[in-house]
Amino acid sequence: MAELNQDSGKKGKGGKVRSKKNGGKVDLTAMVDLAFLLITFFMLTTSLNKPQAMDVAMPDKNKVKDEPQPDLLTADNRSLTVLLGSDNKVSVIYGQVKNPIEGPTTVGYGADGIRKVLMEKKAYVPRVAGGKDLIVIIRPSDKSTQRNLVDILDEMKIVDVKRYMIAKISPEEVEVLKRDNIYND
Amino acid sequence: MGKAKVKRASTSIDMTAMCDVSFLLLTFFVLTATARQPEALTVDTPASTTKDKLPDSNVGMITIGDGGKVFFGTTDQQVRVKALERMSAKYGIGFSQEDYDHFKLMENFGVPMSKLKGLLALDGSKRTEKGVQTGIPIDSTENTSNELYYWVQNTRLAAEEVNKEKESSDKNFVHPGPLKIAIKADANEKYPSVNQVIETLRNQKQNKFSFITGMRAEEK
Repeated sequence: MAELNQDSGKKGKGGKVRSKKNGGKVDLTAMVDLAFLLITFFMLTTSLNKPQAMDVAMPDKNKVKDEPQPDLLTADNRSLTVLLGSDNKVSVIYGQVKNPIEGPTTVGYGADGIRKVLMEKKAYVPRVAGGKDLIVIIRPSDKSTQRNLVDILDEMKIVDVKRYMIAKISPEEVEVLKRDNIYND
Repeated sequence: MGKAKVKRASTSIDMTAMCDVSFLLLTFFVLTATARQPEALTVDTPASTTKDKLPDSNVGMITIGDGGKVFFGTTDQQVRVKALERMSAKYGIGFSQEDYDHFKLMENFGVPMSKLKGLLALDGSKRTEKGVQTGIPIDSTENTSNELYYWVQNTRLAAEEVNKEKESSDKNFVHPGPLKIAIKADANEKYPSVNQVIETLRNQKQNKFSFITGMRAEEK
């Protein structure tokens, strides 16, 4: 394939100088290969470069210091509290933390852990709460990581929970995590 | 009868046209690709199944990583300059024209206001060296000690100003709305440092923001 015809110049003594006429053909295969490789590289890096954005909305903050933040009251049989602990584990409580209907249960993230619980509760709650849907309260503890928070928000999207909020964890809830040994550094 | 000779067709094809096209495409992609500036703080974001992409402009990005260090940056150069002007007035620190020119090209940074001038004087490659940028001071207050609070606030104001200006001077310009705030936190960053940033945003009623995440294939 590769051929690069060059004028070899004078041959022998006194021979006629012959100039070849078809000397301009260069094999371009390798060049095309290289060009396409670079095209692929630039195409992939430009489109895959864009990061994903997960939108989060927080409730408006009550800035009056003297007035304590009112604890949002949610119906016991609709609320599922998810406490984010350490070691990629969560504690799930159905109902009130002090007086739970179910739990606290320690589960992991992913399809076999929290998603199963969420799916089950999402189907169960409308039946007991007169058609009203599930409310999930996410309380990240100080030992949880950003990955845990993103994971749990992602689960909300996957399971399609319409009502959820991120809230502050209370000392009693930290106790729950400590008891279940998922509050380690 | 003699043997029928199979004429061998030449296998070489003229590649010139193909070469032309591929180089044209190559040139296009090279020119449209934005050169990635070295990041002052490299973070490994967690993955999610979210498909929404972050817009290219009108974004203020807060980066958290390396044990709670906070960095800040804006996508638009004009906004950067206007924000620094406001910050300069707020903290009473003057900057030279050269400083502004350097700041304009800085993707993000993480130093206290008092050390910003020193950072701008450094060479571009030295700025990203380890230990040079220690993070923007942040706390739970709304005082000047919480510098991130004022960086975000002034950048939001600057973005509004720049967008208004563009809207009045350019008929085709569509106001993109208020500045979007994105938080890019390391996957292993503990919640308290992320929470402090979120609270800082909430204190100025910036209740909506985005978490930057990587891509993950959807699980069944």
